[in-house]
Formats: sequence, C-alpha cells, structure tokens
Amino acid sequence: MRVVVGRVADFNAGDRVIIHVGERSIGVFRVHGSFYAIRNRCPHAGGPLCLGRVQPAIESPAPGTVEYVPDKTLLACPWHGWEYDLATGQSYTTPKLRVRHYPVSIECADETGSPVLPDVISRMEGERHPRLVEGPYKAETFPVSVEQEFIFVDIPGG
Amino acid sequence: MNAHEASATQRFIDVDVHVPAPSVHQLAPYLSSYWNDYIDAAGFRGSMALNYAYPPNAVTTGAERSGSTVGEHLALIRRHCLADSANARAIVSVYYGVEAMGSPDFSSALSRALNDWLLAEYVGADDRLCASIVVPPQYPELAGEEIERLGGTERVVQVSLPARSAKPYGNRTYYAMLAAAERHRLTVGIQFGGMSWVPSTPCGWTNFYIEDYAGMSHVVQAQLASLIIEGSFSKFPDLRVALLETGWTWLPWFMWRMDKEWKGIWREVPWVNEPPSMYIRRHVKFSIQPIDAPAGGQDVLTTIEQIGSEDVLMFASDFPHIQGSDPWELMSRLPPPLREKVAYRNAAACYRAE
Repeated sequence: MRVVVGRVADFNAGDRVIIHVGERSIGVFRVHGSFYAIRNRCPHAGGPLCLGRVQPAIESPAPGTVEYVPDKTLLACPWHGWEYDLATGQSYTTPKLRVRHYPVSIECADETGSPVLPDVISRMEGERHPRLVEGPYKAETFPVSVEQEFIFVDIPGG
Repeated sequence: MNAHEASATQRFIDVDVHVPAPSVHQLAPYLSSYWNDYIDAAGFRGSMALNYAYPPNAVTTGAERSGSTVGEHLALIRRHCLADSANARAIVSVYYGVEAMGSPDFSSALSRALNDWLLAEYVGADDRLCASIVVPPQYPELAGEEIERLGGTERVVQVSLPARSAKPYGNRTYYAMLAAAERHRLTVGIQFGGMSWVPSTPCGWTNFYIEDYAGMSHVVQAQLASLIIEGSFSKFPDLRVALLETGWTWLPWFMWRMDKEWKGIWREVPWVNEPPSMYIRRHVKFSIQPIDAPAGGQDVLTTIEQIGSEDVLMFASDFPHIQGSDPWELMSRLPPPLREKVAYRNAAACYRAE
C-alpha cells in the first residue's frame, strides 16, 4: 500500500513528520537530499523512536579529531538512547563483552583445597572493537519514493 | 604463607617498594655546584611536601621499619622484599615532593639528582632492583626531557607520578610527558600521595589525616577516568599505566558505571572507541597492596571475578608502609594459575623488565 506523505516542496532538509497508517505510527525524515521512513516504535522497550534526535554517525581516530561516517545517519530513541541507522533500521551499540557469569562459591575447590575461580575470567575478550558495532535490534523501515512533487511511503499489507 | 615460604616456591616481582628520601647532603654529589650553592644560600632542607602524604610518626608511614642509611635500608629491602631470593625482583621509588615545587629549573635539577642517586645507590647495588624515576609533572615538557635522558637506561622501568596533580593526567597538556613514556616503554606509575596545591578532595580541603588517606581512592579514580575519557590510550596505544598503593577493590562499580554512561553519552568523546572497562583491562594494572578488604576473605575473590580479568593485579609489599593487610595472605588464597600471574606474570607484561 502506498501512502502519500506530502509535497516535496513542503519538506525541507531536517524536517520530519509522523504519519499514522492503521495501527502503525511511522516517522518520515528528510536528511539532506534523502528521505527515510522508520517505525515509530523502538524494538528495545517500545519507546517513541521517531521523536528522538537525528545525528550523523561519527568516528574518531584520536582525541580532538572527529570525522563523519559517510552516508550513515543515526536516530536515537529518547527513552534509553538506542541508536538506529535511518536507512536500514540496524541498531548500533557497544560490543557485548562475552563474559558469562557463574555464582562464586567457597565450595568450588581443587584437590589442594584452594578455591577455584570460574572459567569466565580467562575468556575475557581482549581485541579492539570498532565503535560502530551492530546491535541486537532492528527497527522496521519502509521504502520512500518521490514522484513528481509527492513523497510516498510503501507499507506492507492492505 | 610469609615472604620466605613464598620465595622458596615461586618467582615474584614486588612492584612497589619505597626508599627514604635522601638528605640534601646525600644528594649533593649528584647536583651541580650551582645547585649546591643555591641550596646552601637558601637553607633548603627538602621539598615542603616531603612529609605531607606520609607524616613521619603515623603508623601507616612505617618509619621505624626503614633504614636510617642507604646501606641499612638496602639490607632491609633484601630481607623483607626480595626475601633473600635470587628469583625476586623489586621496583624501587623515592618520593621527594618535586611536584609541589614552583621553580621549573630547581624541580628538574632535583629530579635528575634523585634519579641518579637512586640508580647509583640502590639499583646499581643490586641487580634485582629496577627504578621508578622522578619527574616534575607540573612541567610536562621538562618531565619529558628527563624521561628522554633515562628512558634508554637499563632497569629504568617506570615514571613515578603522584596521585594528586593540579590537572588530571589525561589532560592534553601532559602529552609531551606521556609521549616520552610511551616511546621508551616506561610504565606511568601513579602513586598514593602528592601535593599539587589543589584541594585533596573534589569538594575541598581535608582537615584530618584519615580523610586524606581514605580519600586518595577518589583522587585516583579521577585520574583513571581522565586517562580513559580524554583518549590517552587512543593517542598513545602502547601506553601502560600502573596504579600503585591506590587500592583496586573499587574497580567493579567504577568499570560498570563508566561503561553504562559511555553507552549513552559517548558522542562527546568519540575517540573512546570501546567500553572504558576494556581500556583498563588492556592498559592499566594495579598493585594489590593495600587490599581494602580482609586479605583472607571470599570478598576478594568475588571482586577479582567482577573485575573480569586475571591480568590486572600485581604483587606489591608497599614496603615499608603498614596498611594492615598482608599481601602474602592474599596470594595464598588465590588459585595457583592466578597466583602466578599476580606474583610476576602480570608485572612482567606491564613493565619492560625481564
């Protein structure tokens, strides 16, 4: 189902609008020359994702230097700050520290009677992780097209 | 287990051993005639900060355990710290309070003299000893020059920095000093104490010694936060830092809180590329003394597990200071693989010592 959002001329760079189609609330964004549509519901805890701040993705090789990551804009949910790529809906986050936890117990002992620490400590990951690491959540996105002077969003279903 | 029993069974590196500050008379052979004349004309008897962090008669200072001459103190180190063992190593440092001195030239000259004295009289007298050198951190370029001078010297392994500084050590004004330390692979050793003419706590001056003493952990937490958040480990990827006599059992909550905040408000400091706790596990190590917990208790093991790394703790006696906890007792509580790491493997990775 194609839904008309509005006229291109009325939609400036930096603008956003939230449209309601059936049960869905969808945010439509213009970032520079491109349009994006993303579900107004954060997969993390259901917050109003499309009310959040839109910011370019950034990286830094050293203190004092900040670089924009080309073609990547992030929308941050106002509830807990989870960030999503506007184009793909992919969340970005810290790398998960691959540490399992075990209860520490004085009953764990080796044959000398010394307490044995769980194996978890030796599994701590030591490699560097890049700043932008894909997170566990993906927000629903919708194709946006511009025909003549109108903006359309494609929504699955009738 | 005590030191002698331990030494019979394992190798160890004691990363925090203190030697008493020399008198101006003892330093004279290591100073130029210009500075000796200056000292004589001024009646200088030592930095005014000398007894600030360690009041001479405070129990914790352990003054009665120190030797009154270099020879006596060296013998005490050999007995108590090296346990008369060929397998032992120790890193010795001398505190003089140069960070409290305003004159860039005098503080630098004293730093040079102290280092030459330490190398000649202690490190030169026993090849099991390594040196942590004195620099004037209030003048980072001059500190860098002293690091350049001695950075290539054998058994110089660390730069001593007092915990209390005028600005936290991650500040970019310290880059000349940190760069030199990284270049020469000297560990930056942040040690209990210091007097930098700023209040001893984040909310002002203390009035009583216990406040100062217990409050030192707040100071070093601020130093650690600064180094991480200002991006010192991004700017200097090979930089190694040791926190000595600063406690470490506060690490779990510190790591957790830093990581949590970083997830939400990283955007101000994008050069912090990964969770702050990862920088700690990779770049920072801690001497075990003082333990800030009963040495024989289960709490200590739980804390080590919460820190999430076997690689951050290093054995230290903190001789001659008396902290009320026995580091050898802690060692005896550790499972053998971890005990070996704390005894010497972690220190061997932290320092460019053998």
